[in-house]
Amino acid sequence: MPKFVGTALVLISCVLLWQALHLLVGESSLASPLRTCAKLAALVVTGEFWANVAETMRAFVSAFAISLTGGILLGIVLGARRLAGNVAEPILVTLYSIPKVVLYPLVLLCFGLGISAKIAFGVMHGLIPITLFSMNAIRQMKPVYGRTAQVLRLSPTQSAFTVILPAILPEVISGVRLGFSLTLLGVLIGEMFASQRGLGFMLMSAINIGQIDTIMAVALLLTVVAVTCNSLLLLLNQRMGYR
Amino acid sequence: MSESWLRILVVALLIGLVELMSRTGVIPLQVMIPPSQMVVELGWILASGEFANDIVLSFTNVAIAALLSVLIGFVAGLVIHSLPSLRDALEPLLASYYAIPTFVFYPIFITLFGVGSASIIAIAILLAVVSMITATLNGVDRIPRVLRKTAQVYRMPRLKTALLIELPAAAPYLFTGVKLSVAYAFIGVIASEFILSGAGIGYAIAYAYNNFENRHMYALMLLILVTVTIVNTALNHIDRRLQARRQR
Repeated sequence: MPKFVGTALVLISCVLLWQALHLLVGESSLASPLRTCAKLAALVVTGEFWANVAETMRAFVSAFAISLTGGILLGIVLGARRLAGNVAEPILVTLYSIPKVVLYPLVLLCFGLGISAKIAFGVMHGLIPITLFSMNAIRQMKPVYGRTAQVLRLSPTQSAFTVILPAILPEVISGVRLGFSLTLLGVLIGEMFASQRGLGFMLMSAINIGQIDTIMAVALLLTVVAVTCNSLLLLLNQRMGYR
Repeated sequence: MSESWLRILVVALLIGLVELMSRTGVIPLQVMIPPSQMVVELGWILASGEFANDIVLSFTNVAIAALLSVLIGFVAGLVIHSLPSLRDALEPLLASYYAIPTFVFYPIFITLFGVGSASIIAIAILLAVVSMITATLNGVDRIPRVLRKTAQVYRMPRLKTALLIELPAAAPYLFTGVKLSVAYAFIGVIASEFILSGAGIGYAIAYAYNNFENRHMYALMLLILVTVTIVNTALNHIDRRLQARRQR
């Protein structure tokens, strides 16, 4: 397990660097690792914190569910129809790389202030990568799978669930991994601008009253959760023998 | 070729549909102004110079952030590549890096550097630099061994080998990193300005939103969308040509 040790060493040096930076710039600009963890421990026993977590989770889970189902369905449709896929792909790639945040006012005007705007914004971030990955997975699927399904006279539903979906699953999970992170990012950015609840709002209100330890505790928590979920999906991918 | 015409037709139809819906009042004016009016407003804004300072500031910050990300990412990539044990240790972290919701660190940068260009550029670099590091690692990995051997046979000095053999061989991969860095720099700068700042296009859009100035808001949105699309399309075009050359 020397590889694991190396990664742990890098992480430890990051924490040491954080501590050194803290000593350099002072308590009021950057809380120490210890104080951040203490603050996080103090936060998790308050009800207000869990109310914010619940709000973010509600928005995130809905947004992710929509991105997941919508992205996979759209990906399958675009992947199966070559012309539609060829026409749509550059449009999707362009949409993927624009700073979607400038469209947030439009989302707010359409959905109003509240949870639905955050969900819509999360979907805007998460839908496209899942669609693109699913689409490419279908396109790169070995033609022999489709022909086998035809020879066995499987109905479209049967071939979708027993042939196509298992064949494209590893690629789809890569897309889902990216979609997961981006949906979370979208929801959080939504909360950081014009919101009254959620972890993003908590960050912004902490900045207004200068509570650096709260900011860092929330940032640490979100980073750890996001990276853990990502690593689990990565592990799942490796189990399936993908790359 | 017919595919790209079809694509233009699809986009034109969508824009036409939005135009029609907003002209007939299906989409109220308070929600969205007609696309044609956005173009007219954008023309006015550019001609009057009302937001000239914000526009210049944002694009300068994007340029600085992209340039620094490319330079830092390239050098860091070379260093990491030369230390295999460090690379093994870093690889799992790099794979998970883009899972981090980077913008939650923006408030920390604000307390460190204050509200202003420094924190905005810092967050944009944080977002963009890793794709350049990954691209550099990938590019150096893919230099064919025969090219290095050729350099050895010709007894080229180390620096000359790097500049004349290794750099051109890795260039297509490096350019992919440049392309991603520019896209991420745009996202980082505009989003930070939008969330919290006192100047820049992102700030101007947020300000216009808060004051119900839909005309300004949509004109500036259009400016961002058009600029980013043109820049990305141009970079993609160059990227495709470089990739094609590589495959030959």
